[in-house]
Amino acid sequence: MNIFRFRFYRLFIYTILSLATLLYLLPVYVLLVTGFKSFQEVNLATMWQLPTQIGIESFVRAWNGNESQGFTGLAGNFLNSVYLTVPATLISAMLGSMNGYVFAKWKFRGSEILFPAFLFGMFIPYQSILIPLVSVLQKMQLYGSIPGLIFVHVVYGIPITTLIFRNYYAAVPTELIEAAKIDGASLLGIYRWILFPISIPGFVVVLIWQFTAIWNDFLFGVIVTSRPAVQPISVALNNLAGSYVVEWNVQMAGALIAALPTLLVYIFLGRYFVRGLLAGSLKG
Amino acid sequence: MRRLNRDRLTAIALISPSAILIAIFVYGFIGFNGYASFTRWDGLLPDFTWVGLRNYEKLFASQRFQIDIANIFTFTVLFIPACLILGLLWAVLIDQRVKGESFFRSIFLFPMAVSAVVVGVVWRWLLAPGTAATGSYGLNLLLEQIGLGILKNGWYTDPQIGIKAVVIAATWQMSGYTMAMYLAGLRGISEELREAARIDGASELQIYQYVVLPLLQPITLSATIILGQIAINVFALVVSMTGPGPGFSTDVPSLFMFDTTFRGSNFSQGAAIATIMLLFISGLVIPYLIHTSHNEVQA
Repeated sequence: MNIFRFRFYRLFIYTILSLATLLYLLPVYVLLVTGFKSFQEVNLATMWQLPTQIGIESFVRAWNGNESQGFTGLAGNFLNSVYLTVPATLISAMLGSMNGYVFAKWKFRGSEILFPAFLFGMFIPYQSILIPLVSVLQKMQLYGSIPGLIFVHVVYGIPITTLIFRNYYAAVPTELIEAAKIDGASLLGIYRWILFPISIPGFVVVLIWQFTAIWNDFLFGVIVTSRPAVQPISVALNNLAGSYVVEWNVQMAGALIAALPTLLVYIFLGRYFVRGLLAGSLKG
Repeated sequence: MRRLNRDRLTAIALISPSAILIAIFVYGFIGFNGYASFTRWDGLLPDFTWVGLRNYEKLFASQRFQIDIANIFTFTVLFIPACLILGLLWAVLIDQRVKGESFFRSIFLFPMAVSAVVVGVVWRWLLAPGTAATGSYGLNLLLEQIGLGILKNGWYTDPQIGIKAVVIAATWQMSGYTMAMYLAGLRGISEELREAARIDGASELQIYQYVVLPLLQPITLSATIILGQIAINVFALVVSMTGPGPGFSTDVPSLFMFDTTFRGSNFSQGAAIATIMLLFISGLVIPYLIHTSHNEVQA
């Protein structure tokens, strides 16, 4: 390949990638530009133009609501999502770690059937469990509450967290475990002194994955919590966006508020996010 | 030996809570849901009178469900290839040792970190066509302003387009996923292999055609299964972006299930829809799970 053709080829690649970047960022552009316009400036006819001055009224209104219009802001729901996501993420990571350890290093008779039986749980359409789920949660006195939602996310998070940890621990040399066994270490001792200390990257991957999945969940939120006061932010955002009294710039600002926590995690810990993505889809 | 037995028991004790939860909340519930789909439970009070296949017969006779099946089919056959092709394209381009590689990768992948509701809300405004009185909105307005007004259309408000407009938003969100998978696959192909092909006189294009793409086939399989699963289960995106749409043109089974069960209290019909969704998913996923766990035993 001569140098001219090579240059042309590189230019071609960069042009396509740059155009694609613009296309992918188009929704972000609208989101930001609209959110930061002042109310006077917001107009669908000029939605692609930059704001002449920066205003944060849209965010304030999306956060606090507007009593005269009769809609509540996202502040309370944002907190609900925090109270929901943090414990659910931690508990399901712990469960996943123990399960993954057993499936990777302590295979027992039937475990090769039990493991795919676990995995199937992450593919099912959740519609197929919703009807009994609601009545069982009602009987457990958990329906309509944040603890109920935490419980649901922990249960249906078992398959993915188990899978990620199993693949993570499968990479640990079995000789290490065997040597510890000969030295008299028990199953729990090996976990506590050998595997747990080297589990930090695995935990980071699982915590990020579960944090994102639970924060972004809509279906369980809308089914389990019917009272607006306990709803997570994704459900509240959908209500906000479905309401005719809420201006579209406030909806855009609300969308940005709802997206911010997971976006920040992605921006700062993107490497681990990608690892979780691949661990969840490819064999380890 | 004693010690080993005790460890074996501990292993089972560790797994048990999760196994019991999965047994009840996945398999038990699926069983109950399947059973409910054969009953007459069409009001708030449970009524477990056996009616055989009647709910299914009614469902397949209903216009909304027929449209839903057609819609989810259209959605799936457009969404999967769109994500595969775009994902592969971005991965191959980024794999050309471009500068700013991680920048481009992050851009294509970030929509995955955002919730479907956020995606739906934003794309609803982007694809809102506007009216004759107000002028164009969103993407239509942009197209007008850059001289491509000819491409303007009604997007999801046009029943002819309907669900295809939702595919645009879904592909925007998910194509980065396939890119990440393909990119991981490309990184797994050794440079020596490509070098060997080069020495044998293969052009860059031929290397992709005969060496790289065949090696990426397992990834295409995994991606297809996962994207298919996402497509059949699509819910939050449709709810927040379009709802059922004019004449159910953007409706999907998951939304019908939600409406009829939790708004219409027709539990047995909802259970029947959910069972059909589960059958679709099972047809896709179970052979894949068997295939992968079988490979693992051999490995």
